[in-house]
Amino acid sequence: MSARLRWRKFVSAFMLSMTGVCAAVAVSALFLILSYLVYHGGTSVSWTFFTRLPAPVGEAGGGMSNAIVGSAKLLLLATLIGVPIGFFGAIYLAEFSGSTTAFVVRYAADLLNGVPSIVIGIFAYTLAVLPFKHFSTLAGGFALGVMMIPITLRSTEEFLRSVPNPLREGAMALGASKWKTIATVIVPSAYRGILTAVLLAFARVAGETAPLLFTALGNRFWSPGWNQPTASLPVAIYNYAISPYEDWHRQAWAGGLVLLGLILVINIVARGILARGISVSRT
Amino acid sequence: MATTTTTVSGAGPVVGSRSFLSRLREGDEIARLITFLFAASVVLLTFLLVFELWRGSVLPRHTFGFSFFRTSIWDPVFDQFGALPFIYGTLVTSAVALLVAVPLGLGAAIFLAELAPLRLSDTLEFFIDLLAAVPSVIYGLLGIFIVVPLMRQVVQPLLKQYLGFLPLFKGPAFGLGFLTAGVVLAIMIIPYIISVSREILLSVPRDQREAALALGSTRWESTWKIVVPFARGGILGSIFLALARALGETMAVTMVIGNTPVISASLLSPGDSIASVIASQFKEATGELYTQSLIELGLVLFLLTLILNGLARLMIVITSQRGSGMGHV
Amino acid sequence: MKRIAIIALMGLGLTGVLFSQGILSITGAGATFPFPMYSKWFDEYHKKNPNIQINYQSIGSGGGIKQVTEGTVDFGATDGPMNDDQLKAFQEKHGCSVLHFPTVLGAVVPTYNVPGITASLNFTPEALAGIYLGKVTKWNDPLIADANKGVNLPADEIIVVHRAESSGTTYVWTDFLSKVSEEWKTKVGKATAVKWPVGLGGQGNEGVTGTVKNTPDSIGYVELIYAESNKIPYGNVKNAAGVFVKASLAGVTAAAAGAAKEMPDDFRVSITNAPGKDAYPISSFTWLLIPAKFSDTAKRDALKGFVSWMLADGQNYVEALSYAKLPKEVVAKEKKALNNVQ
Repeated sequence: MSARLRWRKFVSAFMLSMTGVCAAVAVSALFLILSYLVYHGGTSVSWTFFTRLPAPVGEAGGGMSNAIVGSAKLLLLATLIGVPIGFFGAIYLAEFSGSTTAFVVRYAADLLNGVPSIVIGIFAYTLAVLPFKHFSTLAGGFALGVMMIPITLRSTEEFLRSVPNPLREGAMALGASKWKTIATVIVPSAYRGILTAVLLAFARVAGETAPLLFTALGNRFWSPGWNQPTASLPVAIYNYAISPYEDWHRQAWAGGLVLLGLILVINIVARGILARGISVSRT
Repeated sequence: MATTTTTVSGAGPVVGSRSFLSRLREGDEIARLITFLFAASVVLLTFLLVFELWRGSVLPRHTFGFSFFRTSIWDPVFDQFGALPFIYGTLVTSAVALLVAVPLGLGAAIFLAELAPLRLSDTLEFFIDLLAAVPSVIYGLLGIFIVVPLMRQVVQPLLKQYLGFLPLFKGPAFGLGFLTAGVVLAIMIIPYIISVSREILLSVPRDQREAALALGSTRWESTWKIVVPFARGGILGSIFLALARALGETMAVTMVIGNTPVISASLLSPGDSIASVIASQFKEATGELYTQSLIELGLVLFLLTLILNGLARLMIVITSQRGSGMGHV
Repeated sequence: MKRIAIIALMGLGLTGVLFSQGILSITGAGATFPFPMYSKWFDEYHKKNPNIQINYQSIGSGGGIKQVTEGTVDFGATDGPMNDDQLKAFQEKHGCSVLHFPTVLGAVVPTYNVPGITASLNFTPEALAGIYLGKVTKWNDPLIADANKGVNLPADEIIVVHRAESSGTTYVWTDFLSKVSEEWKTKVGKATAVKWPVGLGGQGNEGVTGTVKNTPDSIGYVELIYAESNKIPYGNVKNAAGVFVKASLAGVTAAAAGAAKEMPDDFRVSITNAPGKDAYPISSFTWLLIPAKFSDTAKRDALKGFVSWMLADGQNYVEALSYAKLPKEVVAKEKKALNNVQ
């Protein structure tokens, strides 16, 4: 073996093992993040954390109960806004529309998807806060819902399109009208993918902070109804993290652990649903 | 992403035009109308968003015109607003992020696409996808409590000691600043580079590799000199995608960048980015010019990400078409 | 599965409705300077009046002024009083004026983190102006060292920390600097947000405290309670009479003594660099911004009820948090002014 060949083989082995190192570094980032959250936040995730309201500044013993419930309300609203629009819009794109309208709608959805979340916050502030003259859960839910729309729309459309044509044709051959075909044949067979899409969109907006800064604002108490400002988990984590109080730092870690835990669980469940379902073309 | 489907459009047996009423009774027309309304609302929302951004930034556009982009003064007292420090901060932190994330991400993608057996590759990809799901505020949390002290106490002093002669590393070691924000951003965008590049690399036809190996190249040479260049369009696309993501990142950046509108050659300096300044100052911008200048910044950011996302998709589509054999080699 | 989901949704909707029955929720936003005090007050007030929730968000004085002008919050809070332009903007938008109500007196202190130094350093106004102008760059600069003979100051570069957002604390600090430094007055000026010649930005008093606490060789300006409760050292400042005074309740009260006698009707007054040998020179009132007309009478009455309570029982809580009580002349005047809120 010539020296040159030996060198090339060495370079090859070296570079390839470097790529392995890169992959290891990238993957270990996830585990590092989780470990830090568990280490710093694990002990603070207590009954107090889940059930108590925030205590006055500097006093110990407060919790994030209102932030957790606030996030739940916001996400419920977001889902109620984002999922129907995304779902029915996708049905239109996949089953009814002509190619020009489809192009316009898809382009708009992709545009919306790329908008930075802080700009969505500005948008929601001008549309849902200023005219009504108060910050509210509704405004926050609107902002998050707008973010859910494009993700739900595009993914649902993909899954609807992937339903094999023989199914469609079979239903129509039996005399079913278009909407009946959609409702009873197409959607049920794409159901797993659609559910996955919704769950992933949900997990994505669950962690969003920026759009809530100007819409839901914050609340030190329980937020009554839907028209008042509300605390939310990501915003609470942010406010506590930048504060100087040790007790609040601990709560921020605990909140981070709860938030990330929730998001990771949803992601894993969603991918599990998809994996066990009808195999869809890899996109 | 080369899926081909044919849709069956237009419902029912084609027997000339049936009466509108009979179609209506069967509900198809209603279904079409309802779903159309939902789809149209998406377009309406998008249009509204752009419109609000445009309308909400009318004052600074008339007052400053294009000098808004050339001025670096941000002075709420004397009503002077210039976007330059924020554009600079956004670009610098993204550049640092790319410098760190691209080699790491590309390396990992090569490993996952070329070397790892499929099951390992899929499992690792699963974890990488989970990394992409971590919210910005959690990166910010880790940034403040882990990365910033690390930077301030270990990394930045080391950089100053060995590379302090470069203007890049001058000034005190704050811990906060461009470098830290860039590093945190890098971790956030790596998953995008990895997952898209991996897909692209996997789609490169086998014969490319086999031809190279048959001609005597090593594994690395065939990967680096044949496969990667073949996929370079898509990889570039993934970089654009990651960049678009980095530009719009708000929380993680605003928690570690130092919140100071300053243009400095030094990476150790604190600064600010467009998304970060909007997050910290929007709620309290008193006065129309101040508020609208922030909205104009939002418009700028929106346009930047729009262009990048468009370019990204273009590159990815072009490359995957090549990969499926539709382009020429 | 579907049935469970529907029931859950209805339940949530119901709780939304039920929750809002009987609870009067008032939203206020603004200064971080008095936030420790306000959070305690609103908490106590809620305990005494369980159906009234006063939700105060500490977003900075600029935020308080802006949001109360936009009408998105019921009241604002600021330590930098609204200037005439801002008052006019409010009048134009709402058709009525906005009233300032002082709540407590506080002090802004120069807090620092110099390795090896735990004692209180003496700062002259010239030193502080020089540091924040970027002219005094090292800790052992003569302007600092001369006032601190015997203290071993390191030759490290000073890391200046200021507020990133629009802040009343900034207003008080820059108001003081404008009074003691002609250069500061012309170059930078006094406002809730200025163009800082040097330094790092922190979000809120909380952010500045956190940054100073974590950054060696740094100096920042924060409200007294933030430095105290986080156990970071803060310096003595030379007042107009030439005495180095450490921020304290006595010092702040002394600073307000003159203003108490000559309080203007709209309560907007600056007490920085006040005369008197005991006066702490960087003191300030902090105000609630309450619109003169409320369309929602329930909210108006609840807010007026709170202010009355605050002027009486509320003042008993302030000293524990290192804020100074309002002078009794001011309290009497405010009680009368409360009638102007309709």
